[in-house]
Amino acid sequence: MSQRDLAIRAEGLVKHFKDVKAVDGVDLEVPAGTVYGVLGPNGAGKTTTVRMLATLLRPDAGNATVFGRDLLADAAAVRSQVSLTGQYASLDEDLTGIENLILLSRLYGYAKPAARERGAELLEAFGLSHAAGKQVKAFSGGMRRRLDIAASIIVTPKLLFLDEPTTGLDPRSRNQVWDVVRTIVAEGTTVLLTTQYLEEADQLAGRIAVIDTGRVIAEGTPGQLKSSVGAGSIRVRLHHADQRVHAQKVLAEALGAEVELDDDPVSVTARLSPGRDTAAQGAEALGELARAGVLVDDFSLGQPSLDEVFLALTNRVQA
Amino acid sequence: MTVTQTDTKSDADAPAPVEKEHLKRLLATGERPPAPSAFTSARVFAWRSMLKIKHVPEQLIDILIFPIMMLLMFTYLFGGAIAGGTVDYLQFLLPGIMVMSIVMTTMYTGMSVNIDINKGVSDRFRTLSIWRPAPMVGYLLADLFRYAAAGAIMFGTGMVMGYRPDGGAAGVLLGVALLLVFCFAFSWVWTWLGLITRSEKTVMSISMSIMFPLTFLSNIMVDPSTMPGWLQPVVKNTPISQLVDGVRGLFDGNVDSGSVLTTLIWSGGFIAVFGFLTIRAYNRR
Repeated sequence: MSQRDLAIRAEGLVKHFKDVKAVDGVDLEVPAGTVYGVLGPNGAGKTTTVRMLATLLRPDAGNATVFGRDLLADAAAVRSQVSLTGQYASLDEDLTGIENLILLSRLYGYAKPAARERGAELLEAFGLSHAAGKQVKAFSGGMRRRLDIAASIIVTPKLLFLDEPTTGLDPRSRNQVWDVVRTIVAEGTTVLLTTQYLEEADQLAGRIAVIDTGRVIAEGTPGQLKSSVGAGSIRVRLHHADQRVHAQKVLAEALGAEVELDDDPVSVTARLSPGRDTAAQGAEALGELARAGVLVDDFSLGQPSLDEVFLALTNRVQA
Repeated sequence: MTVTQTDTKSDADAPAPVEKEHLKRLLATGERPPAPSAFTSARVFAWRSMLKIKHVPEQLIDILIFPIMMLLMFTYLFGGAIAGGTVDYLQFLLPGIMVMSIVMTTMYTGMSVNIDINKGVSDRFRTLSIWRPAPMVGYLLADLFRYAAAGAIMFGTGMVMGYRPDGGAAGVLLGVALLLVFCFAFSWVWTWLGLITRSEKTVMSISMSIMFPLTFLSNIMVDPSTMPGWLQPVVKNTPISQLVDGVRGLFDGNVDSGSVLTTLIWSGGFIAVFGFLTIRAYNRR
């Protein structure tokens, strides 16, 4: 990929805090105009990586460019292109919603009347007009997140860092944040998003870097990551629990594959053979079950979930 | 199966849904106003501090009560013993005690910097392309307002107690101006301290151990000529004593231009050294 199409190119980023290697040699290539997911458990080094890329922390080693501008030598140019929504709301809790947006709009260079107008417009677009005069400390988690993102697009950034934007949000607020992220990317902004939720990375990100203990342990599209840990599987939920052992035998013969009994007492999971067409194997499995008189309530066919990928990858590293 | 709706906090004041079309229009403007000037950004940060005073007015209480307490305590407790009468002593004490209480309240700047810098909002400020010292200068500008308020209250209380400035209104205003210049400059010690220490408590204890000797070993309460000979040159030459000499002179109408000049030089020095250290610490965080 050519240099110009990259929003971020980082090589060997390292940051140590005392004896803790928070980030231990991270390489990233983030294509412009996409959502790039940085996925990892708590303490994996996601926030430290983002803070270095947003010019908030100086790396101990390694280098990075943001749209071709050097992070260290040209920090001011980097700052003029990025916005950061930190893990803990990057807002002034003592001030009201509108005061926060006016404050930041002024600092982005808007004159006072224009700042007030831009602030009011953003509140309206984010459905927060009713809370304009309320102190941020009285906002709910979802409202706070939205105001935080609103503040990040006062001036449309070329690159937006979202550090765990949905951690602690209820499902509805989370869906709204996802909608906002999709809209922002559709308008041309690159988003680097950190998350501990595989579903979130799967939903939003075009490419994902999996980070654990300060290193990138896997990188690729969600599909690539899933197929890297093996073929998909068939999960069958039976009508009668006492048919389970029978079903296991039928499936094992039909697919020539390993069939596991799940924790759920009425379901079994069969691994698919990697070489053969997924749909054909699925059809065969269903046909055999029907012929054998096994009653099936629910049937699912698919790639391994990112959860499985994640556990497989992190276990591999620990082993 | 029945689904029961539960009221959560976010449901109680549920925000309206995000308006995607509106959001798109806002994103598409592509407006990029020129970065604000150094002066504008500092002023915006000062405005932020003033808003905080508006939302949390309690923070003004100690800054206003403390000076009055100091004035009353020292005048009526020591006046008789030191000057043989409270009215005479007040005439000597007021400019000094004003310097003491206001310079002491500059310590709060370090604490608020320390609290503020560890909050998420500081991360956002530091990713903006603004004049780097702007947030600090903003605090200090808003603090000047508080010092001026404290000065006015002390002066008013002094007048009620019988203080009369021989330097007239001009002398008093110039004296207060000199005090504010010094406080602005001296506060850079605290902004630096606020940035390099781990907690606000550390800031507090370090500042206390600097401020107590510095203000008591001075000409604020007593004439240094009553002190042992070896101590006098030390006491007479601290920046605080020089400042007190300048302010007292201006209030009394017999200004010593030497001490005013020395105070201005000290102020320049504090800004140069601790301003530099502050910005370096701010950039390194």
